[in-house]
Amino acid sequence: MTALAIELRSVCKQFPFFALEDVSLRLEEGQIMGFVGPNGAGKSTTIRILMGLIKPASGEVNVLGLPMPQQQAEAKRQIGFVTDDMALFGNATLAWHIDFVRAIYPDWDGAYAKVLLDRFCLNPLQMIKGLSHGVRIKALLLLVLARRPRLLILDEPTSGLDPVARHEVLAEFMNVLRDDHRSILFSSHNTVDVEQISDCITFIDRGRIIESSDKEKFLEGWRRLKLDLPEGAGLPILKEAIEISTQGKIATVTTNAYTQELEARYTRAGITVHAVQRMTLEELFVANVMHSRTERKS
Amino acid sequence: MYLQIMEQIRHRVAIGDWKPGQEIPSIRALAVALSISVITVKRAYLELEHEGVISTRQGRGSFISEMVDLGESLRKQELERHLVAAVETAQLMGLSEKDLEARLRNMQQKIKGSKR
Repeated sequence: MTALAIELRSVCKQFPFFALEDVSLRLEEGQIMGFVGPNGAGKSTTIRILMGLIKPASGEVNVLGLPMPQQQAEAKRQIGFVTDDMALFGNATLAWHIDFVRAIYPDWDGAYAKVLLDRFCLNPLQMIKGLSHGVRIKALLLLVLARRPRLLILDEPTSGLDPVARHEVLAEFMNVLRDDHRSILFSSHNTVDVEQISDCITFIDRGRIIESSDKEKFLEGWRRLKLDLPEGAGLPILKEAIEISTQGKIATVTTNAYTQELEARYTRAGITVHAVQRMTLEELFVANVMHSRTERKS
Repeated sequence: MYLQIMEQIRHRVAIGDWKPGQEIPSIRALAVALSISVITVKRAYLELEHEGVISTRQGRGSFISEMVDLGESLRKQELERHLVAAVETAQLMGLSEKDLEARLRNMQQKIKGSKR
């Protein structure tokens, strides 16, 4: 069995206006997980729990085999953590920060840091306060990547980056995974990034995990079927159809459990299956969230 | 996305860029090179293995199959896919077989004409 980089088991935590309920997650070593959810879904809270910054009310948290938050000091030596709101010293240069981080982490890879400076087009002599948002994010990523941590936990690492910078940063994440003992968890709204580089995907909404599985399985199960209804015939009610919209004689059915058998069942009911379309992660994400919200209401 | 990778690999074999028996990049190496997740590349390799285009030897890497005329048969497969699409579209439009044949001939003439 492969070792787990991250394991959350039935984690709960209540806040006055928000609660994480029964959150379970597993990330195998050598894999990259995209953590996707709408604003306020609980992504950052989950990440803070992973980092030992918040103590869960109940449940178990293991990161790199170490229980959190009890052994967070040991775990953090091997974790690289980047969030949007992380502050660098405005009145110091990137070079000063590099010296600072190097003094704390003995595994600092100076040669790799130089490569990254070049790849990310960063000038080490520039003051942090003069940097734009995107450049500051790249500086933060450099400070973390050059430590060569075994686990990267990144909260919205690509938000606010221009397309070129995003491309560079994603390529660098994949570069990390060249070593199959290193893992990445990153949260994002950008489903295109997630679809491109993730091995597994977890959807969270309103404090609960909606779905968590390997990406290929995800994309394989979801399909949109375009159906032509014969005169006067109704659409059979199938539990696999999670969203149905009809316009005149054309019906669009969204399913999360597509098989050819499903198609055959419609055909047997006298319905013409006009097209079966694969869905992008973005479409699938929206459908998934809407579906889970209606389920929870009923 | 794995379909795109399969397409790219088939294309490389069809044009002779990757020759029979040649070793191809490991799953992880190709994933890094393309900035695409490991699982997607793994899926593409598995499907290609299923089709007999590549073979993976445990612990030794993946190779293009030694099959004779692999490039040729891949090109045939591609042509067949286009033909199937053409026939299906023709059926949707209610074209007869004769009409489709005539259109194919016309297209050949047109392309020949424009190349001259």
